[in-house]
Amino acid sequence: MLEIKNLHARIVDDGTEIIRGLNLTVNAGEVAAIMGPNGSGKSTLSYILAGREDYEVTEGDILYNGQSILEMDPAERATAGIFLAFQYPMEIPGVATMEFLKVAMNEQRKARGEEPLKVPEFLKRVKEAAASLSMDINMLKRPLNVGFSGGEKKRAEILQMKLLEPKLCVLDETDSGLDIDALKIVSDGVNALRSPERAIVVITHYQRLLEHIVPDSVHVLYKGQVIKSGDKSLALDLEANGYAGVIGEAA
Amino acid sequence: MNMHAQPQRTLAETALIDAFGERLSLLPGDGAVMVKRDDAIEAIKHGLPTRRVESWHYTDLRRLLTKVPAFEADAVVKALAPVLEGSAVLPVLNGVSNGKLPEIEGVTVQRLSEKLTDGSVAPGLDPYGDDDAIGALNTAFVADGYFVDIADGTELEKPIELQNLQAGGQSHVRLLTRVGAGAKAIILERQTGEGDEALVSSVSQLVVGDGAEVAWLIVQEQPETATHLAQFKAHIGKDAKLTLFVMNAGGKLVRQEVVVRTTGEGADFKLRGINLLAGDTHTDTTMVLDHAVPHTTSTEVIRNVVTGKARGVFQGRINVHQYAQKTNAKMACNTLLLSDDGEFSTKPELEIFADDVVCGHGATVTEIDHNHLFYLMARGIDEKSARGLLVKAFVAEVIEELDDEALVDALEARLDGWFSTHG
Repeated sequence: MLEIKNLHARIVDDGTEIIRGLNLTVNAGEVAAIMGPNGSGKSTLSYILAGREDYEVTEGDILYNGQSILEMDPAERATAGIFLAFQYPMEIPGVATMEFLKVAMNEQRKARGEEPLKVPEFLKRVKEAAASLSMDINMLKRPLNVGFSGGEKKRAEILQMKLLEPKLCVLDETDSGLDIDALKIVSDGVNALRSPERAIVVITHYQRLLEHIVPDSVHVLYKGQVIKSGDKSLALDLEANGYAGVIGEAA
Repeated sequence: MNMHAQPQRTLAETALIDAFGERLSLLPGDGAVMVKRDDAIEAIKHGLPTRRVESWHYTDLRRLLTKVPAFEADAVVKALAPVLEGSAVLPVLNGVSNGKLPEIEGVTVQRLSEKLTDGSVAPGLDPYGDDDAIGALNTAFVADGYFVDIADGTELEKPIELQNLQAGGQSHVRLLTRVGAGAKAIILERQTGEGDEALVSSVSQLVVGDGAEVAWLIVQEQPETATHLAQFKAHIGKDAKLTLFVMNAGGKLVRQEVVVRTTGEGADFKLRGINLLAGDTHTDTTMVLDHAVPHTTSTEVIRNVVTGKARGVFQGRINVHQYAQKTNAKMACNTLLLSDDGEFSTKPELEIFADDVVCGHGATVTEIDHNHLFYLMARGIDEKSARGLLVKAFVAEVIEELDDEALVDALEARLDGWFSTHG
């Protein structure tokens, strides 16, 4: 589903190269965990997948279902089925959450050639999704993410992910800022989305999240490259011994 | 002999002076009113204000008012369905109060032409200063409008909508309202029209009685053929609250003046303004607020969206009088500049003679936040729609603050209307 080939990318503003020859393949039905120390390029990778203009791909390619997505803007990627759950979801004053959800869901439907959702059906779906994440529906009457706690924002991201039904989910440090209970709820939400047609990329610092969302593969990112891949035992190994060993091996 | 040469009159000045001669016999008013009219046209004979007059620096009326259309007595325009459902509508059609006066409990409505004829409104016709060109223009030509008196303690169940609708030509209207002590009212002032070139002057005068609460909403949606010169003047009594909402979403040359004075302790004034500017237009909002007694509060928030070649102005002057201790006043003007050819000028002024006050102002000019745009696009919303959502959000914030669902919905519908034709 996702093939990243020899990807090189830099920050547009200052030309700093962050991703330096990254290779990664994630298949449909797979949950891939990407781990790595601070500054290894994890979040940058997630932004590049989503199409953020602050980064420029200088070499290599990203294939999604066999097609390069480099020329697609963020909206085109999203309607093609790519979803990024943000590490720091944006607060957008003045944009009503419900209005936003309706527009976003209908953009997905439009891309699939479906009619816009009728209001009762839309409300039903939102209510169900909110309930499954133990979210208070009243929160959704506020402007988008405004006044949400860190944990509430993360739940709201997963809520959007459930409603938009993407094919490729990229979760950027979804565990940061969550207490144990919230972590469980969010993880259950993600696990409910596991399916043979869907790939999930989980970016995290810690093994903790991977106890709840058990990955099929684990990849260590360091200095903009995947330096080691393995199964879930690799995450346990990292937890026990830190990144130093793996980095040493690669060097 | 005075050798100081008057600059040659502009076409517009000449047209106004000629029109006054022609209209004079048709204008209602007793002797006192006619004296005010004469004084007013004298002021106009001295010339319309130019950029050298400080309060008109960004709106050089003499240069910008290039043409004055003739009066069009035969033009027809019909009253509109109100913005807020269920409102009692008081229409002024092409400068003339029209239709049967509605009966509203606790409210007395009179045609202004009658109040001009009997001279009872003469004292209020004085301009408020040498530079009050709108006041002078209106006093010279005003023929009609309404006088609305809301009795003490009346809580209006339904809003009142004052409609000033023009169908080209000139119209000069005055809307006087007294809200009695302890009364509560929502009043919408709608300024719009259709058709040919128009010159509209409209002056609203409001007295908010002690302990009264008023929301006054100005919805200005003139066509791009109209010059709209408007003034809103208010006195706010003891422990009274006035929220003034102004939405400018049309017109070719627009100046909306807001002249407010707190006259009783505990008075509170809120100004919330939205300027939606497009095309090759000029829109000026100029406020002069006097905190004239101790313990009064005010906040002013103006949000502007500038597209095309539009030019916008906000001048906000807050005068805190010497005895007006414990004044608390805050003013903000935020502009979203969406076009390289558009411009917005902001001039906040605080003049403070008291020594124990809290006053502040801030102004920003920004573009759309790229982080916000990315977030919305990352959810599949195409760039154009995402920008639209963000621009609307920027101004909708001001509306949502009004905290009255019917009001918010109705005003957001006006916003949507503007964005659907200018988005």
